[in-house]
Amino acid sequence: MKFGVVVFPGTWSDCDFHHVVSEVLHQPVKYVWHRERDLGDVDCIILPGGFSYGDYLRAGAVAGRSPVVDAIRDFAAKGGLVLGSCNGFQILCEAGMLPGALQRNECLQYRCQSTHLVVDNVETPFTRGLRAGQVLTMPISHGEGKYYADAPTLAQLRAGKRIVFRYATPEGEVTRAANPNGSLENIAGIVNEAGNVLGMMPHPERAAETVVGGTDGLLMFQSLLGSLVEDGTFLKR
Amino acid sequence: MKIRVLVRLRPGIMDVQGAAVQRALVGLGFGDLRDLRVGKVVEVEVDAPDAGVARARVDEMCKKLLANPVLEDYTIESLETPSLAATSAVR
Repeated sequence: MKFGVVVFPGTWSDCDFHHVVSEVLHQPVKYVWHRERDLGDVDCIILPGGFSYGDYLRAGAVAGRSPVVDAIRDFAAKGGLVLGSCNGFQILCEAGMLPGALQRNECLQYRCQSTHLVVDNVETPFTRGLRAGQVLTMPISHGEGKYYADAPTLAQLRAGKRIVFRYATPEGEVTRAANPNGSLENIAGIVNEAGNVLGMMPHPERAAETVVGGTDGLLMFQSLLGSLVEDGTFLKR
Repeated sequence: MKIRVLVRLRPGIMDVQGAAVQRALVGLGFGDLRDLRVGKVVEVEVDAPDAGVARARVDEMCKKLLANPVLEDYTIESLETPSLAATSAVR
């Protein structure tokens, strides 16, 4: 599977994603500069975390209207896979590719910590190797991660099973105390209607090697690659 | 043409920044403070033949970038002549 990692001025997780794809997963990967209008030959586009364009005006607002995002919109419309993490999630919402918005954390603090995520939807390409109710451990690192959507939009997300990850306790219970940023219904990640565009605040690329404290993020990449299915892990769980 | 845009969080959207500023002011002795919300001011200068055209252009700017309709409302006011300076709610 060929990956493209988008780089805006101010992106900071681009090298981490590139490293995981090339050095851990051994898949072809290239950087895509924010001025590009042609993504080239890729199967999955990654919008990494950071502070694109300084997050001026609103987090992800300027990036959400940049040339590369128009190309990503066309790519997604044709079924291309798009994974936005942290600032990437904010950009996808600002670009209108995912519904809702990300607001300043309710605690007003920047939160950089480990979180537990309960998997609600295992029918996306990003989670198909996981088990419903499985709890993943991944870090967050953001000041604006409080997901908000109006009541009709939230109802659509629920009805379409588009809420993929929720902040939870280590046992998988969705509680207020486990919610690090005040996100509506503890939402940590959602998909678009077609299921090929995923936005999430946590960082899977920072949980992909034991040396950094965990490998649960790798499960998402392995779901994408189908390797959990091919080697039978999926069947044995 | 000079135009001023006021971008505010929509009613009902929690303003954590406003709440923190409010708490600080109450701590400074403003016990009579009942509510406080923080917004943004964007001052824009555009080439336009008249204020109507200028406002229409700025309205497009608001829809395309300056405000996020999920969270924010905006108002546009002309800074040119007093007769045109009346604020009008756009959303």
